[in-house]
Amino acid sequence: MIAPPKPDLVTVNIDGKEIAVPKGTNAIEAARLVGVDVPYYCYHPKLTIVGNCRMCLIEIGMPAVDPATKAPIMDPATGKQKINWIPRPQIGCATNASPGLHIRTQTPQIKDCREGVMEFLLVNHPLDCPICDQAGECKLQEQSTGYGRGYSRYIEQKNVKPKRTQLGPRVMLDDERCILCSRCIRFSKEIAKDDVLGFIDRGSYSTLTCYPGKKLENNYSLNTVDICPVGALTSTDFRFKMRVWFLKQTNSIDTESSVGANTVVWSREGQIYRITPRQNDGVNDTWMADSGRELYKQVKADTRLVSTTLDGRAAPLDAALKAAADLLAAGSVAVVGSGRSSVEEQFLTKKLAAALKAPAYLVSRVGEGDQLLISADKNPNIRGALVTGLIATLPAAKLAELAAHIDAGRIKTVVSVGEDLAVAGLTAAQLAKVAVVYLGTHANATSAAARVVIPTLTVFEKGGTFVNQQFRLQKFAKAVPGPAGATDDLAVLAKLAKVAATDLASVWTLLAAEVPALGTMSFANIPDTGLLLDATPFAGLPFVEGESLHYQPAAKVAATA
Amino acid sequence: MPAPAQRRIIFKHIGAPGYTNDLACYVQHGGYEMLRKAITMQPAAIIDEVKKSGLRGRGGAGFPCGVKWGLVDRKSGKPIYLVVNADESEPGTFKDRYIMHDDPHQLIEGIMISAWANNVKQAYIYIRGEMPHGARILEKAIADARAANFVGPKILGTDYGCEIYVHRGAGAYICGEETGLIESLEGKRPYPRIKPPYFPAVLGLYQCPTIVNNVETLCHVKHIVEMGGDNYAKIGTPNNTGTRILCVSGHVQKPGYFEYEVGKITMGELLNEVCGGPLPGRTFKAVIPGGSSAKVLRFGETFTLKNKDGSSRTLTVEDIPMDFDTLAACGTMGGSGGVIVMDDSVNMVEALANINAFYAHESCGQCTPCREGSLWMKKITNRMVHENARAEDGQLLKSVADQIAGRTICAFGEACSWPTQSFVAKFGDEFKGYADAKKTAKPAGALDLV
Repeated sequence: MIAPPKPDLVTVNIDGKEIAVPKGTNAIEAARLVGVDVPYYCYHPKLTIVGNCRMCLIEIGMPAVDPATKAPIMDPATGKQKINWIPRPQIGCATNASPGLHIRTQTPQIKDCREGVMEFLLVNHPLDCPICDQAGECKLQEQSTGYGRGYSRYIEQKNVKPKRTQLGPRVMLDDERCILCSRCIRFSKEIAKDDVLGFIDRGSYSTLTCYPGKKLENNYSLNTVDICPVGALTSTDFRFKMRVWFLKQTNSIDTESSVGANTVVWSREGQIYRITPRQNDGVNDTWMADSGRELYKQVKADTRLVSTTLDGRAAPLDAALKAAADLLAAGSVAVVGSGRSSVEEQFLTKKLAAALKAPAYLVSRVGEGDQLLISADKNPNIRGALVTGLIATLPAAKLAELAAHIDAGRIKTVVSVGEDLAVAGLTAAQLAKVAVVYLGTHANATSAAARVVIPTLTVFEKGGTFVNQQFRLQKFAKAVPGPAGATDDLAVLAKLAKVAATDLASVWTLLAAEVPALGTMSFANIPDTGLLLDATPFAGLPFVEGESLHYQPAAKVAATA
Repeated sequence: MPAPAQRRIIFKHIGAPGYTNDLACYVQHGGYEMLRKAITMQPAAIIDEVKKSGLRGRGGAGFPCGVKWGLVDRKSGKPIYLVVNADESEPGTFKDRYIMHDDPHQLIEGIMISAWANNVKQAYIYIRGEMPHGARILEKAIADARAANFVGPKILGTDYGCEIYVHRGAGAYICGEETGLIESLEGKRPYPRIKPPYFPAVLGLYQCPTIVNNVETLCHVKHIVEMGGDNYAKIGTPNNTGTRILCVSGHVQKPGYFEYEVGKITMGELLNEVCGGPLPGRTFKAVIPGGSSAKVLRFGETFTLKNKDGSSRTLTVEDIPMDFDTLAACGTMGGSGGVIVMDDSVNMVEALANINAFYAHESCGQCTPCREGSLWMKKITNRMVHENARAEDGQLLKSVADQIAGRTICAFGEACSWPTQSFVAKFGDEFKGYADAKKTAKPAGALDLV
């Protein structure tokens, strides 16, 4: 027996192992905690429970008590309290932990139940694993291996259903593979709030489809592919491109807005094949937007900068850095940092500006939020710039002050860390008036006008951290190497700022020493789910984000408190 | 010994010369007097009478009506709904339709009494899609009753009111399952809900406490108010009280519906005397006693049952009283009262193929065992009948059925597997013989499928 549980905990017994779990935890999750696998298909921790796959059947029982006296009834054979087992198996997903609940998952009846459900799921399944994209990450494959009989008794004709239905621009449906778990339907209805999916027909001929005249085209449609336990829903983008078991998984962060959805980047031999969400119950649960999954395409874009240039001609990196250093040494410099840069890069950008006694600017990028996982602030890391002290207030809409300085001749050189100054509000005439040192990944009007262009890395090609709208410090890792000709932003900034630290670990030593909010941290110790920083120093700032999943604007929090 | 006479309570007037389904005719025969009486009683007192009556649900499961009413969450502050299950879809059952067609006001009176007893302000009659005529009759009857102040706001000069709405199904057997019915009533696919947590008494229609009763059950409530729970309980046999309507179809000389005290007539009396026995030159072979989902009984088999005093008695099929408990003890059920009789002209494999086709067609498709298993069983029996039959098919059928029963969201799992389980268990020789006969009939050179 374990110690009496805390008030909000209840003790349950799973296959003889006792564990205290929060009241209401379902049997699948409770079993997971003691290392007991309860297989399932339709259950998803972030969706409503429908209990339709019947794979998670378990036996449950409660300790026997005398109905009159409420005294425990003891089993003389074991000397312990007798358990009244319910003969009929129950679904684990809808069985919630209550005090004294006993669960058995390893009895002959449960083995038979699982074998039965596995057999039923496979009788009308096409078994086209050799050409199925889900192969390797398919619950049907895994659980038929783990819980099936391994042979078939089915000699009848299989049902025939549509094999290629384009549900929307990004999602393809194979109805023959569908096991009708309804996860995608529930996701569309409950999370995406776009109730376009449903079943038609009935019985074994039930078919998943879109409502007539509608498409599954919302910006979260690819989550249905993620949660499809089989190969019924596949991504049009990823389909037939690569076997999943060849892919390397790298933890990353979605950079399309300040939500900072946690992601996994799937790559092989330096090429990225897909991006999927990574579970973080404090940020994005298990979801991410479709738009964030396409960002990897920037890596191989035609406009990618892969050559260091000096006055428009290719030049060695050393020569470019020398030319840049000379420009900076001449004074009258302004630095334009970026809300897309990592915390580490912003920190070095700040050091660069400080060393030059140059004003530092940031480019604001405000759009519409969707109240789910895209916020109004399209910069992933404005708060990083605040924490590191690169800026003290939120950036203005346009670089009007910088433009005025240039017009007045007070600024002669501008260092831009990845920002297109033309988009940020400078005119062509203003750009022509100054010498621009451009560190960036893609060609644009600023790189075309720059004296010095140093190609740098995308978020997929380097490590670092971002601070999201919740002031959660989250790290991302390098998934693929950068192209030949590109240099790590940190190395370039360190060189220009004359700082010795050129890699993540050494920059973090400086960060911990110089930024009080990060005083006790090191890069290695940041958990995969991030670390909440103290937001109170910035509480008065007018952040643009509205309410979204796991986030409430400070004003709203204050109003409801 | 001649068969006992019918005890017509529900059918007291139905079928009598000159009796129509008009309000005037109903009132002339004492109609709505029990509603007048009930409205002067305390609701709790009515519930007490229903509990004392021992009335068991006539829809199929035989759950005690008073207990069901007692489970309703009355403290939630939410409205309580009464839903009348008129989706009579079980093959072999045709009693509720008769009531609704020929005596709709009896049902409406039963509904209004039950509504008053349970503080229900809105009641829904969910009527099977294939009964448009019944729906029209009910609509008219409700309109007439409303005009006469028996239904609607402030009935009979009181402050109490209850509206009754008729909702037509679209033709799906599963809509007779109470939570499937509720989903359908809410405008969704009739996917039965998981229980727990969605017990209708707590989280039913629109997530409010809901009572779902069969048509015949609610009609009995009127008569319980009339005679009192204790007197009602004297009808029938202990724990199997009242009367019930038995619908006999199939191979008998005089099929039809008959109202008897529960357990006061045996299967043999019903089939041989009331229904005139088998067709000329035929003998009874099998009977399904409670709608097609009930387990089949084979004439000639015997059942040894325990008596209360510890002794045992042996019954033949003909000896079984038509009640809830004895039929259950014999491994089948009284179900919905649909007695389906098969004589020796019937091939049991073909009969099962017919039943399996029905259940495969009606499986809603929500949960795996029933969805895939019901169609698989249909495909097997279909193949046996139309293509080739294998000696092992009987056992395969049983095994598939065993993988369904008890593992599904709703009772459809049992409904579709019990026929197969019982047909194979009791007529296994026929399944084997069918395969042997098919084998010899197989054309030369045809390949085995396995």
